[in-house]
Amino acid sequence: MQLDPWQSLRRVTSARIALGRSGGSLPTRAQLDFRLAHARARDAVLSPFDPDALAASLRLLDREVLVAESAARDRAEFLQRPDLGRRLAHTSRTLLTDRASQLPRCELVIIVSDGLSTLAANTQSEPVLAALLPLLHASGWPLAPLIVARHARVALQDEIGEIFRAQISLMLLGERPGLGNADSLGAYFTFAPAIGRTDADRNCLSNIRPGGLSPAEAAHKLHYLLTQSRRLGLSGVALKDDAPALGSPSSTPLIG
Amino acid sequence: MSYRLTLAGATHTFRDLATLLAKATPRRSGDELAGLAAASAEERVAAQMLLADVPLARFLEDPLVPYEEDEVTRLILDRHDRAAFAPVSSLSVGEFRNWLLRYETDTATLTALAPGLTPEMVAAVSKVMSNQDLILVASKTRVVTKFRNTLGLPGTLAVRLQPNHPTDDPSGIAASILDGLMYGCGDAVIGINPATDSPAAYATLLRLIDRLVREYEIPTQSCVLAHVTTALRCMEAGEPVDLVFQSIAGTEAANKSFGIDLALLRESHEAALALKRGTIGDNVMYFETGQGSCLSAHAHHGIDQQTLEARAYAVAREFRPLLVNTVVGFIGPEYLYDGKQIIRAGLEDHFCGKLLGLPMGCDVCYTNHAEADQDDMDTLLTLLGVAGCNYIMGVPGADDIMLNYQSTSFHDSHYLRQVLGLKPAPEFAAWLEKMQIARDGLRLTPATAQHALVAPHLAASA
Repeated sequence: MQLDPWQSLRRVTSARIALGRSGGSLPTRAQLDFRLAHARARDAVLSPFDPDALAASLRLLDREVLVAESAARDRAEFLQRPDLGRRLAHTSRTLLTDRASQLPRCELVIIVSDGLSTLAANTQSEPVLAALLPLLHASGWPLAPLIVARHARVALQDEIGEIFRAQISLMLLGERPGLGNADSLGAYFTFAPAIGRTDADRNCLSNIRPGGLSPAEAAHKLHYLLTQSRRLGLSGVALKDDAPALGSPSSTPLIG
Repeated sequence: MSYRLTLAGATHTFRDLATLLAKATPRRSGDELAGLAAASAEERVAAQMLLADVPLARFLEDPLVPYEEDEVTRLILDRHDRAAFAPVSSLSVGEFRNWLLRYETDTATLTALAPGLTPEMVAAVSKVMSNQDLILVASKTRVVTKFRNTLGLPGTLAVRLQPNHPTDDPSGIAASILDGLMYGCGDAVIGINPATDSPAAYATLLRLIDRLVREYEIPTQSCVLAHVTTALRCMEAGEPVDLVFQSIAGTEAANKSFGIDLALLRESHEAALALKRGTIGDNVMYFETGQGSCLSAHAHHGIDQQTLEARAYAVAREFRPLLVNTVVGFIGPEYLYDGKQIIRAGLEDHFCGKLLGLPMGCDVCYTNHAEADQDDMDTLLTLLGVAGCNYIMGVPGADDIMLNYQSTSFHDSHYLRQVLGLKPAPEFAAWLEKMQIARDGLRLTPATAQHALVAPHLAASA
């Protein structure tokens, strides 16, 4: 087996460089490392999501939590039919509509979903909300109940936002896993959510996980962006992320 | 007109040519998502049987998307070469398949035929072809292009070095470029997908590759795969742009959703030609495509995704590209569900592109929510190698840490080169020899920390 003498360059990238070779082929260890990463990503995509269990843990954040389902009946259908993941199942629509009719118009509705990574929803959404909800509370945002939605695509936030007559809808959902980041959560928000909005109307924070954008950093950034969105009355390409950089080492002390 | 076939008492009727093409398409999730797929396996074969009897000339008379509505249709019909079409003008789709498979139909025949074929004709014939037919006919085609080296020669396989980084960090990207070059990859292009579409980031990355190419006299070309408007701005600003990149699709509406039209592509093509940066040729465009892009842009006009993909090749053909890449499994399982569908689509795209005269490469790839794994990619990689694919992707360890999908690795290219005896582009092979990276273009030379490429990197990062 031939080692590559530039292994020290692995410090500057997480790419799989300097793997070495046997002949021209991948050495056994590197081959198995890759398989392990893929196995974890597959497990993150395919493992069943229990919305009731997540809802129970989110209720500990002292909020009303409702459970909903998209029109995709199971995981296989969800993966093949993105259109079904963008709308509510009939029963869930009725449930949310009934509850919304009892509540005043709200500023923000927050939805949590498994999306393409059950692992991400289960591990990152609680810490993000634990950091975000106090910030929203301190700046006086009237919130709708938290929604835990199974098998949702990003655009489900439009229908749910419409039902709650929310000024902004925010969705936290598992992102399509890469190798080595199967636990990555995405956050998407839309001003004046309504069925038919497109991705150009949304803003997104990506790669929320311990090795990427930490849940605490994500909460600060989201609070900033949501505040800007509410103040300017817009979201999407017109809303620029000119927040002070929170990810760089020099600014880490800013994080509460 | 409608098409009708009775099989053992069951009558299958297809409303029009677009419906017939869609129902004749081998099964895939994207056509099912669009509601266009055959409802049963028998209906699919019935459609193929009817399609086999459709005269090739009908595709000229009965455009799938109206001429008045779509500039891609206008391009296809206005550029159609009747003289080149003559040898097959009287054939039906099924007869055309037989004609393609004859011993007498050789490389020269297919090269002369290419301008006479339309995307709809090649898509139609592919639907009645088996995987081995797609491989055999594609292996008889030959499309050679040049910029700083010669790509697509018989017995060669080139590699795009794809050194992406999630934050476009120049030192991270440089490390992946070094890794690829030391593995003998990068002759097709050193091409970076930037994390953002900012002109400043584009220029930084471009200069990084340009410096490397000049310093080590590497006979290859660079590309930053940003939107064509970003490339235009950077060319105006005097940045060292070798190849102009753009994702393209098969309808005017889908291209519009990408923020492009033919006029914009023409403008960027002319701007890149004017820079005259190619030393041995002037193929200056790099296009990427993929089945499902029109449906995902809500611009499919009721046409199946494979036929629309072939129409994108008509757009590519207009600009004499150096490289065309079908990014076959990137779009996800809602368009190509599993390894079987990805493999079939990769072979179809390569076949259709080659038959239309394009320098086809393939990003043999999948996402983690598709029912596929690296063994499926090994299979498609091997089949494409046999089919004579011009180039593949080289991603460190097959793991793209920016785009979050799996492609093929530098190591994979050595596998393919070994089993099929394929070599890099000749100019690049000579450079690898000179740099003591590989012997004979095939075998890697053991490298040391003192190697001319490696030592400066290690010193800089120490």
